[in-house]
Amino acid sequence: MTRQMTGAEMVVQALIDQGVEHLFGYPGGAVLPIYDELFQQDKIQHILVRHEQGAGHAAEGYARSTGKPGVVLVTSGPGATNMVTALTDALMDSIPLVCITGQVPTHLIGNDAFQECDTVGITRPCTKHNWLVKRIEDLPRVLHEAFRIATTGRPGPVVVDIPKDIQFKSGTYENFKGSRQTAYQPRTKGDEGAIREAVRLMSGAKRPILYSGGGVINSGPDATRLLRQLVSLTNFPITSTLMGLGAYPASGANWMGMLGMHGTYEANLAMHDCDVMVCIGARFDDRITGRTDAFSPGSKKIHIDIDPSSINKNIRVDVPVVGDIAEVLAGMIRIWNEAHPKVDASALTGWWKTINQWRARKCLSYKPNRDVIMPQYAIERLYALTKGRNSYITTEVGQHQMWAAQYYGFEEPNRWMTSGGLGTMGYGLPAAIGVQVAHRDALVACIAGDASVLMNMQEMSTAVQHDLPVKIFILNNQYMGMVRQWQQLLHGNRLSHSYTEALPDFVKLADAYGCVGIRAEKPDELDDAIGEMIAVKRPVLFDCRVANLANCFPMIPSGKAHNEMLLADDISDADLGRAISKEGKVLV
Amino acid sequence: MNAINTPKQQPQSAYFLAETSNAVESHTLSVLVDNEPGVLARVIGLFSGRGYNIDSLTVSEVEHEKHLSRITIVTTATPMVIEQIRNQLGRLVPVHRVVDLSLEGRAVERELALIKVRGTGDHRVESLRLAEAFRARVIDATTESFIFELTGKGDKIDQFVTLMVPLGLVEVSRTGVAAISRGADAM
Repeated sequence: MTRQMTGAEMVVQALIDQGVEHLFGYPGGAVLPIYDELFQQDKIQHILVRHEQGAGHAAEGYARSTGKPGVVLVTSGPGATNMVTALTDALMDSIPLVCITGQVPTHLIGNDAFQECDTVGITRPCTKHNWLVKRIEDLPRVLHEAFRIATTGRPGPVVVDIPKDIQFKSGTYENFKGSRQTAYQPRTKGDEGAIREAVRLMSGAKRPILYSGGGVINSGPDATRLLRQLVSLTNFPITSTLMGLGAYPASGANWMGMLGMHGTYEANLAMHDCDVMVCIGARFDDRITGRTDAFSPGSKKIHIDIDPSSINKNIRVDVPVVGDIAEVLAGMIRIWNEAHPKVDASALTGWWKTINQWRARKCLSYKPNRDVIMPQYAIERLYALTKGRNSYITTEVGQHQMWAAQYYGFEEPNRWMTSGGLGTMGYGLPAAIGVQVAHRDALVACIAGDASVLMNMQEMSTAVQHDLPVKIFILNNQYMGMVRQWQQLLHGNRLSHSYTEALPDFVKLADAYGCVGIRAEKPDELDDAIGEMIAVKRPVLFDCRVANLANCFPMIPSGKAHNEMLLADDISDADLGRAISKEGKVLV
Repeated sequence: MNAINTPKQQPQSAYFLAETSNAVESHTLSVLVDNEPGVLARVIGLFSGRGYNIDSLTVSEVEHEKHLSRITIVTTATPMVIEQIRNQLGRLVPVHRVVDLSLEGRAVERELALIKVRGTGDHRVESLRLAEAFRARVIDATTESFIFELTGKGDKIDQFVTLMVPLGLVEVSRTGVAAISRGADAM
C-alpha cells in the first residue's frame, strides 16, 4: 500500500508499521514536525525524558527486557550528541536501538547552523549503521531498513538523521517491512561440518565447560530453551558472562556462577583447567580472559557466534561456528541425539568432583556484620525478598554491579539489564524506567551505587511523570567504590577524588522529586525497609547505607591468569597493595 | 576439515603485555561497496579506530548502474589481524564482498605515478634515459623539467623515484595500488 504523506508522517507511520508502541524522546527545533505528528495520534506512547542520554538507556532497558528494538527520537545538535554514550553502550552490548535524530534543513547543512552537528559523522563509529536522509524518496526505505539492521544478525544501534525540510516534504510512503534491500544479509545457519566437529569434541571431553554470553539472550527464547536442553543432555558445567546471566537458571544444578574478573572461584578454575570449552554467544572479552597467554591453556575451544569478526579476535579457537545461537544449538542437539555419543562417564564424574571441591571453597562468603550493612548482605536480602516475584533488575556500574551479579540469582533471560561492555555509570536508573514502561506490573529495581545514580538522577522526574514505580536501591558507601578499590590495589591507597564529600540526602531528594524515599542504616532494619519499598506503588529512592570500605572479591588482578585469583579471606588489606605487578598496573 | 584452525599464538589484549606477535605481512584487500555517502569514511574510520595500518588505498566507482565502488587497500599486520580486518570490513553494512587478494595468491597489482624532475645538462639526459629504461612516458616538459608518467608495481615506482632523487626530483603523485585477481573469475 502506498500513500502520499509528509516526511514527519512517514516517520510515525513507519514506527506504527514496525509495531512500535513506545518511544523515548525529547523534543527540539529540528524534530518539531515529527512531534506534531505524534501529538495527533494515539498508537505510539511517547515517554518524555529529562536528558537524551536517559532516553537512550531507557530504550536499551526496554529492548533488553522485551527482545524488541528500543526507539528514540531526539533533536539535532545537542540532542544527538547527548545520545552518543547510549549508542556506544548499545553497540558494545549488542542492543537493538533505532534512534531518529532531527537535523537542520538540507540547505543549512555544513553552515554551522544553530544546533547543527555532523550527526552521522559523530555516530558512525558508535552505531551498527547510520543514514542522513537527504531525499524524501529514500525515507520510507531507510526507516524500515533501519529496523531490519538494528534487529537482525548481531543486533545494534542505528541512527536515522532527518533534516527538518525533509520532514515537511511530501512523498510516497510504502511499507517496506520485511523486505531485504541491501547487501546486508547476515548468516544465521551454522556450518553443518563445523557443528559436527564441535559435537565430536564435546562428546570426547573429559573436563568440559559451557561458557555462555549475551548472545544467547539476544538470540531469543529458543536459544535459552536449547541451551538448557544442551546442559541437561550433556551434564556439562555451565558458567556465563555478565551479559548472559539468566540464560541458564542460577538455581540449576550445573550452574557455576559468573566467570571473569569478579567471577567465582569454581567458574574461573574450571575455565582454566578444562579440556573442551564451548563458548556460546560470548566474545572472550578482556574481563573474561585475564591474561590471554595463560587463558585456558589446555583446552580445545569451540566458539559459536553470529558475528564472524568475534571469532579469533582475542583468543584463537579450534572450531568456529558462525551462526545464530538458537539455530546452531538446535543442530548440535540434533546431531548429539542422532549420534548417541559414548561419553567418558568416569572422567566427567571426576571433573564434577573437582568442581565440587572448588565450590566448597565458598568464594562468595564474606564476614557478616551486626552493626553495619554489608553490601553483599543487602543484595542477598533484596534477592530473598523479591524471589519468586515478576521482577527485573538493572544496575549502574561499579562494585554494586558486580555484587548484584554475584549475589542475585537470575532464573530467566531478559530479567537482567546492565552495562557490560562500555561500563556506563548512569545506565541503570533510565534503563529501569525503560523496563518498567514495557512491564507495567512488574517489580523493576535498579541496584545502584551512590556515585553512578547521580549521573542520570534527573530521570526520577520522568518516572514520576509517567507513573513508573521503579525502585532505585542505592548501595551508598559514599565512595566510587570500584575506583577506590583499584586505588587501594594499585596506587598505595591514595584515594584521589573517589570520595563524594557532598552527597545529597537521597530521602529528601526523593521527596523533592515527588517519589518515596526510604533509608536503611542497620542490618536489622533492612528487611522491613525492603518490604516497604516493594509494597509502595510509586517510584522509590532507597538509601541503603552500607560498609564504606568493602571490597569486591573474588578478583583476578590485572595481568594475572584465571588460577591466580584473589579471594576475600586470604588477603589482608596490607597485602592488597602488592597484589598487582608493575606490568599489571598499566592495564585497565 | 577447514573449520579447524591450527593453533597459533594468542594475540595481544589489554592483559597481555609481552610483545610476541607473529611476523607482519603485507596484504592487498579488494572491497566491493555501495557507492553511497560516507562509505569511505566508514572504511577509513574502521582502520583508524581499531589501530590497523593503511599502506595504500584507492577507491573509485566501478559499476555505475549498480552504484558499486571498489576499494583496494594494502595493509600490513599479522595474519590474525588481517583476518580480523577482513571480518570487520565484511561487517560494514554497505560492504558487498571482501577478498584478500594476497591469500588467493594470483593477483596483479598496478600503480600509476606522476613524477616531476627538474634539471639541466647531464642530469636531464640521465633522467630521460632512465625513464626510457623504466618505460615511463614524458607527459609534460619545459626546458628545465619533465613530468614522467610511470605505471607498474609499487616497488618499481619506488625504485624509479629513488633514482630520480639525485637527478632533481621535485615531487611525486601516486594513485595507490589497484589490484585484480588473475584468471576468468570475478572477486
